[in-house]
Amino acid sequence: MLRLLFLILLTLSFFPSFAQDDLMDLLESQEEERTDFTTATFKTTRIINSHSVETLPHGEMNFIIGHRFGRVNSGIGDMFGLDNATIRLGFEYGVIDDLTIGIGRSSNQKIYDGFLKYKLLKQSSGKKNMPVSLTLFSNIAITTIKFTPQQQDYPTSTRLYYSYQILLARKFNKNLSIQLSPTLVHRNLVETREDVNDVFLLGAGGRYKITNSLSVNGEYFFIFPNQIESPVAGEEVKNMWALGIDLETGGHIFQLQFTNSRGMVEKTFLTESTGRLFGKNQEGNTTLMGEFHFGFNINRIFTIVKRKS
Amino acid sequence: MKKLFCLFAIVLFSLNVFSQKVFTRNGHISFFSEAPLENIEANNYQVTSIIDLEKKELVFSLLMKGFEFEKALMQEHFNEKYVESDQYPKSTFTGSYTCNDKIDLKKDGLYQVNVTGSLEIHGVTKEVETTGTLEVKNGEVISNAVFVVAVADYNIKIPSVVKDNIAKEIEITVNATYKAM
Repeated sequence: MLRLLFLILLTLSFFPSFAQDDLMDLLESQEEERTDFTTATFKTTRIINSHSVETLPHGEMNFIIGHRFGRVNSGIGDMFGLDNATIRLGFEYGVIDDLTIGIGRSSNQKIYDGFLKYKLLKQSSGKKNMPVSLTLFSNIAITTIKFTPQQQDYPTSTRLYYSYQILLARKFNKNLSIQLSPTLVHRNLVETREDVNDVFLLGAGGRYKITNSLSVNGEYFFIFPNQIESPVAGEEVKNMWALGIDLETGGHIFQLQFTNSRGMVEKTFLTESTGRLFGKNQEGNTTLMGEFHFGFNINRIFTIVKRKS
Repeated sequence: MKKLFCLFAIVLFSLNVFSQKVFTRNGHISFFSEAPLENIEANNYQVTSIIDLEKKELVFSLLMKGFEFEKALMQEHFNEKYVESDQYPKSTFTGSYTCNDKIDLKKDGLYQVNVTGSLEIHGVTKEVETTGTLEVKNGEVISNAVFVVAVADYNIKIPSVVKDNIAKEIEITVNATYKAM
């Protein structure tokens, strides 16, 4: 009996001698659970035209040069739209990690715009679990194109437009992110009594990463019915769509896209997009219309305030 | 006979029960990349580690997302494009060291050690070897080591566009202060 006990003790005492893995287990048992915040739900502050949930980290500035060309169906004479460029120059700055401010100027309607964006909820797992990120967005836009003679007496306030969005996104895995964007666009002046001042929309967008530097992005904004009756430049207003890619090199992100919108400010691309992908031709048959535009955004990130390291 | 047995049992058990282990939860590991266009440095202050002074074994563990960079964009690229932290959140080291002297927690002193072991980064495990020091000071142990790893060894791809921004070999510095467990 005593011998047996002795044998058992002897065996037990030798166990820890191949114990490196045990040491790792011991280490893991000592580790405190931490909150793992999801990063890079989208590569930039825009999905394509519309804002993503991303805000800039504190001290970073994003300089965006956006171009939208003429319609692809304008043919070889206009180089499929490349002869008709509109541009928006924008600066965005991360005041704190969760608050971004921005300004921009578009050649289309000579619009000046400014925005505020605040990240309220951050997707995370681990100690603190949060399934989605939520960002609040609002902007103001003013058109400065010359009034027509009939508009001479209009007050300046008729030129103002406001947009409000709740951006709700989830990064499902390292490649797939999906966003929903309930939106309200307020227009101070509308064409007719049938047009509403407050236009409600629901947007959806997402990205799928093909490689670590390349992703495919898409977005669509549905305008709830019976809100916009007046045509824009003689054409019926359509839901905005855009399809493109994000290409990232060191400090630049290039976004190349096709979209049915020429504008790069919320009020234009959400309530004044008129391009049709399909439509009826003169014989009444449904055909591909090609009423969409090629465009790109170049995002250049500058670090203004370096973080303490 | 019974007394003898008891003595044996005590001796045998004391070998592992009283094995001296020291532990930290806020060790510091940094890395440095020197390239023609820019130097990149990142610090992780939340490294956990245990050293078993009796068996001369040591383990380290850290979260890749815990590395802090001077530029937030670098940190995002590090996690998203290079080490793919969502897929490989942790880096670990498991190894042992050799030392000419016996390290005594009760006596202050500086010891030269040779460390060998396996380092896992980005899901790839490689053997590494380095020299370092263990210092006993007021009952605490301070570890210090510097070694170099090749990025390519860990299957981390650097696109040619940024080959002048990121070094092929990265210098890793370890500095941690341990308390008895």
